[in-house]
Amino acid sequence: MSVTRQMIEAQAPPPLQARPWSTARVSGLAAMALWLVVGVGIILFLVAEWDPEKIDRYAPRYFSGLWVTLTLVGISIVLGALVSIPVTAGRMSSSRWASVPAYCYVYFFRGTPLIAQLFLIYYGLGEFRPQLQAIGLWGFFRDPWNCAILAFTLNTAAYQAEILRGALQSVPKGQFEGAQALGLTRLQTYRKIILPQAMIVALRPYGNEIILMVKGSAIVAIITVFDLFGETRRAYSRTFDFQTYIWAAIFYLIIVEALRNLWNLLEDRLTRHLKR
Amino acid sequence: MEQTLTLLSFGPDGWGDQIASGVLVTVSLALATLPLGLVVGFLLALAKQSDEKALKMAAEIYTTIFRGLPELLTLFLVYFGLQIGIREAVAALGFESQIEINSFLAGMIALGVVFSAFASEVFLSAFRAIPAGQYEGGYALGLGKVQTMIKIILPQLIRIALPGLGNLWMILLKETALVSVIGLPDILRQAGIAARVSKEAFLFFGTACLLFLVLAILSSIVIRYIERSVERSEVRV
Amino acid sequence: MRISKYLTLAASAVALTLAVGAAQADSHLKSIKIGTEGAYPPFNNLTSDGKLEGFDIDIANALCEQMNVQCEFVVNDWDGMIPSLIAGKFDAVIASMSITEERKEKVDFSDKYYNSPPAIAVPKDSDITEATDAGLDGKVLGAQSSTTHSNYAEEKLSSADIRLYPTPDEYKLDIANGRVDAVIDDVIVLSEWLKSDDGACCKLLGTLTPDLVINGPGAGIAIRKGEDDLREMFNEAIIAIRDNGKYKEINDSYFEFDVYGE
Repeated sequence: MSVTRQMIEAQAPPPLQARPWSTARVSGLAAMALWLVVGVGIILFLVAEWDPEKIDRYAPRYFSGLWVTLTLVGISIVLGALVSIPVTAGRMSSSRWASVPAYCYVYFFRGTPLIAQLFLIYYGLGEFRPQLQAIGLWGFFRDPWNCAILAFTLNTAAYQAEILRGALQSVPKGQFEGAQALGLTRLQTYRKIILPQAMIVALRPYGNEIILMVKGSAIVAIITVFDLFGETRRAYSRTFDFQTYIWAAIFYLIIVEALRNLWNLLEDRLTRHLKR
Repeated sequence: MEQTLTLLSFGPDGWGDQIASGVLVTVSLALATLPLGLVVGFLLALAKQSDEKALKMAAEIYTTIFRGLPELLTLFLVYFGLQIGIREAVAALGFESQIEINSFLAGMIALGVVFSAFASEVFLSAFRAIPAGQYEGGYALGLGKVQTMIKIILPQLIRIALPGLGNLWMILLKETALVSVIGLPDILRQAGIAARVSKEAFLFFGTACLLFLVLAILSSIVIRYIERSVERSEVRV
Repeated sequence: MRISKYLTLAASAVALTLAVGAAQADSHLKSIKIGTEGAYPPFNNLTSDGKLEGFDIDIANALCEQMNVQCEFVVNDWDGMIPSLIAGKFDAVIASMSITEERKEKVDFSDKYYNSPPAIAVPKDSDITEATDAGLDGKVLGAQSSTTHSNYAEEKLSSADIRLYPTPDEYKLDIANGRVDAVIDDVIVLSEWLKSDDGACCKLLGTLTPDLVINGPGAGIAIRKGEDDLREMFNEAIIAIRDNGKYKEINDSYFEFDVYGE
């Protein structure tokens, strides 16, 4: 039987090997260098072209455009959420009379470009002025802002209906049965059992949908509603200064990143009971 | 009714041929963008799962920017900015640039860049779904890194990523309509010209929407066919 | 090893492009690309079979003939005309573009080749009586965006609710639909439209006094800054066709008066 008499002395750690100059490392550093050049270039460009007179003149227009973008998206998202409820109910209904029209609605608005829908509603329905006047709806369609809200609402409602349906279907059947066994009514079941669970599933897609709407709304100037991008194009067409587009890009990136982070916070908070 | 048919007919009185050429432009733009977006998206995904911090970060910056900007803005940045940029860069070297970024090319680059930013996320999550054992198995067989990627990982990756890529294709098809704003004679622009000249806005914009729907339906049939053919390998007997 | 191969490849591609660019620069003045809009009758518009016609086009052809260069037309949206010129998509713009100080900061202009004032058109049953800021107070005024007319509206007719459209065709649709109460544009363009079937809805309300700062001295040919040779060529050609009767011939086939102005 052998007895250990002596412990091995503590050894120095092996020397750190210099990281090899692999393809990945070289291209990574090159790419970062490129971004750095682009970033610094843009900042230098903005500093060089800084013109207090232009800022004075165009900054208020940018902010009014920003306000138009935010209100347009905000109102459309909320109205779209309301419209999406009956559409979802139709999609999930077992009656063909409800499910087929709902399916067609969703397919149409998800299968065609938003910009085409906007044209169709603004110029297409403008053609039916006498008929619309006869039923008293022309006052609504006369205003481009209303047409934009209508087009965006119908569009986002189709997407939101699919999000809602997916979320509701993700809730296991046992949850319905459990609620039934407890004697809850249908409304109570949805309100207290199903929706809270479904909403957690739907949270991320809803966030993505809002971001998509913010980006998608940039086309609205083609029907004379001047949002952030419309004001940008207007400023560019008078100054021919490329920084107008750079500022728009900065604004949009700030909005989208703010929304994304806000949504991450929201998700963290709402799912804290699921974390161990 | 008869008048409607005349307006949609081919030939000098109708707008059928112009709109048909618009369909061709829309489809070719989408098809030309797809490979560009797929390849760049795949490379981005590789970069994002690399151990190299710089590479990862560069790819993340790319995705953040091009997912956050409105597609229309990206399009304008490419259409006007890129050409001015190239012009100035070449002028700085003492030459005169004749490189022209036309609306088709601008559309292809802008939509390709946006597509790749989203596709990289799809590829990345597909990569994560492939167990490390697959790579190890490849190396154990003596395959090199590239060979393992092409022969073992990629076939599985495509199958997993296909539904996500199918969605992106549908989005791409719709986004081509934005290129009409910078003058590309696609479906929407041709329909718009027809609508303005004939004053039949509802007819022509409605036709444009229906054509996009038809393209979407055809695409979903093709995508389903591809999905089924790659899934054959998964069927257990 | 791999990387260096690709780098060589990329470098040679760049070198090739540069060589092509340098080679083409020499033949620069023998052919000129001219940008125009093709949506502004009677000055420039597209016929139903896709050909360009109009006063601007005829003048451009006459100028090119005079200068003995080959001209090729490029149709471009109005909004992007100057950016596209700067970006090099074409070498000159002949599209009824007014010579203004704002534009002169980014591009150069030839001398004017015609001059015509802005005017306002309204539906026939309109209750607007005068073409002034007070007369248009609270009314919806349509204009084509990025034009001197839209600038005029924003500066001088700011009591009106101004809506900006990408092309004249769209404000024409909307005034016929009743979404717009009045439109502002060049008096010749409006008159031409009012004579046609589409313009049956509306009438000319009045001509406006042009503002020299906003409207400039007239329409000129825009070229990139610093291309003085090209500008001089155009200037000489304009004088030449004024003198040799070619201008008058074109003018008379469109108008009953001399559109050149003072």
